[in-house]
Amino acid sequence: MKFSESWLREWVNPAISSEELAEQITMAGLEVDDVAAVAGDFNGVVIGEVVECGQHPDADKLRVTKVNVGEEELLDIVCGAPNCRAGLKVAVAKVGAVLPGDFKIKKAKLRGQPSHGMLCAFSELGISDEGDGIMELPADAPIGTDLRDYLQLNDVAIEVDLTPNRADCLSIAGLAREVGVLNKLDVTEPSWDDVEPSIDDTFPVTVTATEQCPTYLGRVIRGVNVKATTPLWMVEKLRRSGIRSIDPVVDITNYVLIEFGQPMHAFDLDKLQGGINVRLAGEGEKLVLLDGNEVELQSNTLAITDNRGPIAMAGIFGGEVTGVTESSENIFLECAFFAKLAITGRARQYGLHTDSSHRYERGVDYQLQYKAMERATQLIVEICGGQVGPVVEAGDSDKLPKAAEIKLRHARLEKVVGQSFERAQVTEFLQRLGMEVQESELGWKALAPSYRFDMEIEEDLIEEVARIYGYNNIPNISPQAALKMNGTKEAGIPLSRLRQLLCGRGYQEAVTYSFVDPKRQELLHPGQEAMVLPHPISVEMSAMRLSLLTGLLDTISYNQKRQQPRVRIFETGLRFVPDSEAENGVSQVPMIAGAISGTVNQESWNQENREVDFFDIKGDLEALIELSAQANKFSFARSEHPALHPGQSAAIMFDGKQVGVIGALHPQHSKAFGVSGKVFVFELEQSVVTQRALPEAKPVSKFPANRRDLAVLVSDKVAAADLINCIEKVGGNQIVGVNLFDVYKGKGVAEGMQSLAISMTLQEQDRTLEEKEIVATVDKVVAALVTEFDASLRD
Amino acid sequence: MQDLDALISQAKAQIEDASDIAQLDTVRVEFLGKKGLMTKQLQTLGKLSPEERPKAGQLINQAKQAIQQELNEKREQLQHAELNKKLASETVDISLPGRVNEQGGLHPVSRTIERIEHFFGDLGFEVKSGPEIEDGFHNFDALNIPAHHPARADHDTFYFNPELVLRTQTSGVQIRTMETEKPPIRIISPGRVYRNDYDQTHTPMFHQVEGLMVDKNVNFTELKGVLYDFLQHFFEEDMQVRFRPSYFPFTETSAEVDVLGKNGWLEVLGCGMVHPNVLRAVNIDPEEYTGFAFGMGVERLTMLRYGVTDLRSFFENDLRFLKQFK
Repeated sequence: MKFSESWLREWVNPAISSEELAEQITMAGLEVDDVAAVAGDFNGVVIGEVVECGQHPDADKLRVTKVNVGEEELLDIVCGAPNCRAGLKVAVAKVGAVLPGDFKIKKAKLRGQPSHGMLCAFSELGISDEGDGIMELPADAPIGTDLRDYLQLNDVAIEVDLTPNRADCLSIAGLAREVGVLNKLDVTEPSWDDVEPSIDDTFPVTVTATEQCPTYLGRVIRGVNVKATTPLWMVEKLRRSGIRSIDPVVDITNYVLIEFGQPMHAFDLDKLQGGINVRLAGEGEKLVLLDGNEVELQSNTLAITDNRGPIAMAGIFGGEVTGVTESSENIFLECAFFAKLAITGRARQYGLHTDSSHRYERGVDYQLQYKAMERATQLIVEICGGQVGPVVEAGDSDKLPKAAEIKLRHARLEKVVGQSFERAQVTEFLQRLGMEVQESELGWKALAPSYRFDMEIEEDLIEEVARIYGYNNIPNISPQAALKMNGTKEAGIPLSRLRQLLCGRGYQEAVTYSFVDPKRQELLHPGQEAMVLPHPISVEMSAMRLSLLTGLLDTISYNQKRQQPRVRIFETGLRFVPDSEAENGVSQVPMIAGAISGTVNQESWNQENREVDFFDIKGDLEALIELSAQANKFSFARSEHPALHPGQSAAIMFDGKQVGVIGALHPQHSKAFGVSGKVFVFELEQSVVTQRALPEAKPVSKFPANRRDLAVLVSDKVAAADLINCIEKVGGNQIVGVNLFDVYKGKGVAEGMQSLAISMTLQEQDRTLEEKEIVATVDKVVAALVTEFDASLRD
Repeated sequence: MQDLDALISQAKAQIEDASDIAQLDTVRVEFLGKKGLMTKQLQTLGKLSPEERPKAGQLINQAKQAIQQELNEKREQLQHAELNKKLASETVDISLPGRVNEQGGLHPVSRTIERIEHFFGDLGFEVKSGPEIEDGFHNFDALNIPAHHPARADHDTFYFNPELVLRTQTSGVQIRTMETEKPPIRIISPGRVYRNDYDQTHTPMFHQVEGLMVDKNVNFTELKGVLYDFLQHFFEEDMQVRFRPSYFPFTETSAEVDVLGKNGWLEVLGCGMVHPNVLRAVNIDPEEYTGFAFGMGVERLTMLRYGVTDLRSFFENDLRFLKQFK
């Protein structure tokens, strides 16, 4: 809502500056977004009259004028505007005037003719961009008067960002009420004499949808001159409210809209057929709107109809056929109350949003219609002339909203706000807000005014009392509560710990969008259905991620393209997998994922600087797993993942169930993702590493441990982990440690074979192992390896 | 019998000349070894009379000891010199950088969320999380935003279908918590939220931290107290704070909170007393319990705290930007 400060001050005029006023209403919940001067910064411009206007002898497009500005001598001014003519009242920038942009007016000669000033256009004074040529002021504009005074240009347009509950402030009247409350001032409404009907003409109106339209007022006005000029004061007030002047009838309905908040509509009476009926539209009924667009109405839309069908969308938009035009002579003026629920969402349904729908869907004062009708009538007659018929009313006043009677308990007020309030003060606040207030033993009973749709329950009144009292006058107090322990579970590992671990290993955390490019995602997760947004920001941000990998790969690409070849990043967050079993049909699982590319270390004088490989990222992942103190439950299984290199990837298993993947990005995707070099990724369900096993302490053996090393030759198809598992199994309690310390292929080892060097630590809890026991155990292990893996001992 | 003094001088001279432990050993063997000069001296004792022997023996032993002492001292000297030489040879340029193990860092948004979690954790607020694809009930209906409510349109909601959305606020977690837990409740829920808006000052995804406290006597002064404290601690300076009346469907008395920045007041969070309809929707009696709730934009707070000027930089993940947050 944008309004002119001086218009507001016609209603209520507190002794505070513009800045203070803006601050005051902001702090009352009407947030001021902008305060802007209504005209450019200029001075020395006065009203003048063009006395003579002749052709410039040496320039086709220039005119030579003599202008009366109320001084002894007429001013010679050369003007290029086509609308310049004798008798016109104009805005004259005299010599010495300063126009916006620090443009100084000096004596000049234009093509040899003297020019002592300038005739101004609206745009040259920073008032408006509209209109060709110079300003045309009303014939009665007083010559010599400063234009700033005449047009009251020392004014600001204040834009307030109103919350949806404060529809009552979508008018000067409403804002004035609020400013009156805040300053404890009475509000003066403009006064006028209602026009007495001079003719008996009426037009029949019926309302079928009385629930949606409890009040419909109509009035015939004959002999209206739509060609009349809207007075400058009205054009200016509308302009400062952000509304363009169209024709006097539209201007007047807009004026009443801004002044009182009541939307109105004028029909060309001669284009109406039969009678008006307000009803719900039939599905598919057509209506051409004032803007020329045709809409197909839906059956939930309230329509104003005549015998031919819809002529307007009630409370939203008028129709073209019955609209008032320059040639209209007789009009039918509509002023109705449409119920909030009948209008809410309807405009949006058709991609529309109008000043009228904006107000109706938030709530229009249901007792305003007669007043608004009289105001508009008076203005029409004053500006356009005409004979006025009586007001006809249709609808059902029983269907009007009922003023809510709200109880406010003094104790409740103080309990919710947390401080005490004096009874008299609360009574005064409520009364100033327009409520009918009755004091009772426990507090108050208030009847909400017809313009406050947001007053329904006790909390509404509590908020109003706190608001008028001033939130910043209410103390800040630390809450009191029972000191109850939350009892953090020891088995839980906070996510922050996982993040710290990865940061400590050189990973930078990234946050990527939860929606990704479906094409890229399809490369990584072919054939897997994803949740897709029907109305995304862009196609590239339309598919909910099935894994965190797409975003991480994009991030690697982004950084590689910016001379950041070494990337180590991780991300935590949900992935979204359609799943009919899950709540709302989508499984939303918290994941932790990482990706690395480039060299293993930063380039340095004393470290190797090879490219990262599978075991770098696996080591990082194993560090996470180690936090959980249940590494034994994890395993890595060879598996084919379409995103990953078939020979360098694995499924991460926990208790036999897949919980993640790890591996090298399949080189065939490098180009699509715009990444260069090798990229390794992992993704893991958070839940398996945010839980840890609690320690169960065992005594440390007092007896010596023995180490025995084995070097075995096995096929290079044998997984080292299987071999080690086998040793652990065979060794039982006696082998307390197994470590693979060398893997060798190449010279000395046959093609297709590998040599694995393994150390075993043997120890007992209760005795020193004898050599023969050790030998027996090692022999058992070797025998098992021979049987299970066709292994042979290497010399 | 040779002149002992001469022997001692001779030994001393040789010891003095020894330039390393090996040479010194040679000297030791020459004088004190089994076949050494001093041993030979002892062998000459037999030629002396029994009366002379003790005296001569004593003198020889004293000479031996003198030589031994010289040897020991020299040995120590040589060892010390050798150690110094070794140490000198091992000198490194201590100005060279150590082996790099570059540390990563948290995303600034995470960093802010962790700080917020700590502040409220100190007050016993538990951290809760919830789904981001949310149903209409939890995102709207239970928060007192019925289907026809204009706020439902103002939100620029990403809809999958009329009943399934990307959550527009983390308030749904409030509802989920109150559905399963009874007061007293003190929770915060940080997380991603989504709005269909993308320009200089809006990204379609951003982060909020929602807070909720429900108990028997929770009131507006306490809401103000908590948030005032929070802002002072978050910015670690004496911030000017103001509470401005506002409107949210799920709170009443509602407020927006502004802090005074270099260029005027900046809105940093919204808050209010939990609307009785919200409590009723989760079967909590609003007569018995009251509550407050607040929601803050994490990116906005982060930008103010660290001087980040472009909201979009949070989601570009440019390492040169992120690495500033160690």
